[in-house]
Amino acid sequence: MARTEGTCGAEKDIIVIFKYEKKEEAIAHILKKAALKNSIAGIIYELTFDGRSFRVYTSGKAIFRSIKDKEELNSILATLLL
Amino acid sequence: MFDPHAIRADFPILKRRVNDHPLIYFDNAATTQKPRQVIEAERDFYENHNANVHRAVHTLSQEATELHESSRERIAKFIGARESSEIIFVRGTTEAINLVAYSWGMRNLKAGDEVLLSLMEHHSNIVPWEIISKITGFNIRYANVNPDGTLDYKDFESKLTSKTKLACLSQVSNVSGAINDVKRLAKVAHEKGALMLVDGAQSVPHMPVDVYALDTDFLAFSGHKMLGPTGIGVLYGKKPLLQAMAPFQGGGEMIKDVSFIQEEERCGISLNEPPWKFEAGTPNIAGGIGLAEAVKYLERLGMNEVFRHEVELTAYAMKRLGELKKVTIFGPANAESKCGIIPFSVDGLSSHDVALFCDTFGIMLRSGFHCAQPLHQVFKLQSSARASFYVYNTKEEVDRFAEVLKEMEEF
Repeated sequence: MARTEGTCGAEKDIIVIFKYEKKEEAIAHILKKAALKNSIAGIIYELTFDGRSFRVYTSGKAIFRSIKDKEELNSILATLLL
Repeated sequence: MFDPHAIRADFPILKRRVNDHPLIYFDNAATTQKPRQVIEAERDFYENHNANVHRAVHTLSQEATELHESSRERIAKFIGARESSEIIFVRGTTEAINLVAYSWGMRNLKAGDEVLLSLMEHHSNIVPWEIISKITGFNIRYANVNPDGTLDYKDFESKLTSKTKLACLSQVSNVSGAINDVKRLAKVAHEKGALMLVDGAQSVPHMPVDVYALDTDFLAFSGHKMLGPTGIGVLYGKKPLLQAMAPFQGGGEMIKDVSFIQEEERCGISLNEPPWKFEAGTPNIAGGIGLAEAVKYLERLGMNEVFRHEVELTAYAMKRLGELKKVTIFGPANAESKCGIIPFSVDGLSSHDVALFCDTFGIMLRSGFHCAQPLHQVFKLQSSARASFYVYNTKEEVDRFAEVLKEMEEF
């Protein structure tokens, strides 16, 4: 993971940006572990994991919703990416 | 003839690809790309003329000073200022407004006074006033915005009273693109004895702006939103006001004389004249030169032509986006009453999803509040996606954008 960024807006989503050279590997890991709900032409994947809904983009970014704090996000990402 | 395809050749970045797609840059309200001429002007300064200004008698310093001050003159002419001393170099619009708040507001606003803002203001034209109102005790009033994002003129004018000491308004909203008739409101403000500050961050880059014709007391704008470098912007102020105002920061350049008074164990100071009175420390010399080059570039295109191109492109984009089932456009319905900015949403998706999806196709959009949270409250939106255009954007890019959004509607 390269970095995370809180979004600007009332939604308070968190964007996760994967390292460019590792983005395909990261997405592959996530797709193996999370349940796929929907996708558009392999560009956006709408997924659920551990009761949480999130979207992953093939450009190497993901958007997580309703995350309490960075600690919770890091714990989810650790499970998804390892 | 204004030809965006020819203009594109001057912008090296527009040749790159993003996520394996040609770059389509639609985030111009946040910052604009730089033409080769601006990049070259900054490079030339550092390679051939770099020295501090106003400080030395040597040749390089004289050259740097000449470039710095002639940049100020070019910028003054561009906005119709009568004298270059009315142009203060700052970091950007935010610093320009803070300068007025701290230098003028702290000394002229007291309990019982009012400052009038509008609900469409960028945070940079809200927060400085909220901060200093807590210190000096004046009141802030907010004029309403209509559901289509236009200013409620009646409300604005009714809130201009004998208590109002300053009215602050953006000439163009950075969210809806709505153009405000600041000339009309400056006249009413002056009739009530108030000063007028215009936030020109989204107007000066896109349309002809003449401070003399508008009769505004202050105008703030940023270089990076008009093809210039980051870290340079301008505060225009009427000369008598600038002469009466206290300095913003203290240091070198803004002072004429600092003399130690032995008996009192203190230093006596005498201030420099405007604009230098407000420019403590070494200025962003290269930035000013780059901004003047950007002004030269825009003058060559013609600001009337720049505005016409953006109106045409905005009208075309509104038509194309209007054909999409899940896309809702906010702001004025008439492209001529707005300035190259289209805020929108896609049903069922957050603005960040829209921006991330478009990014996958090399299209750069903004998502979120765009530093204008109160206006999103008016629109009852959690956030919005925003496409904003400039001189190098084309109808072909808008077509591609519409195709990508159509694909997104399948989600």
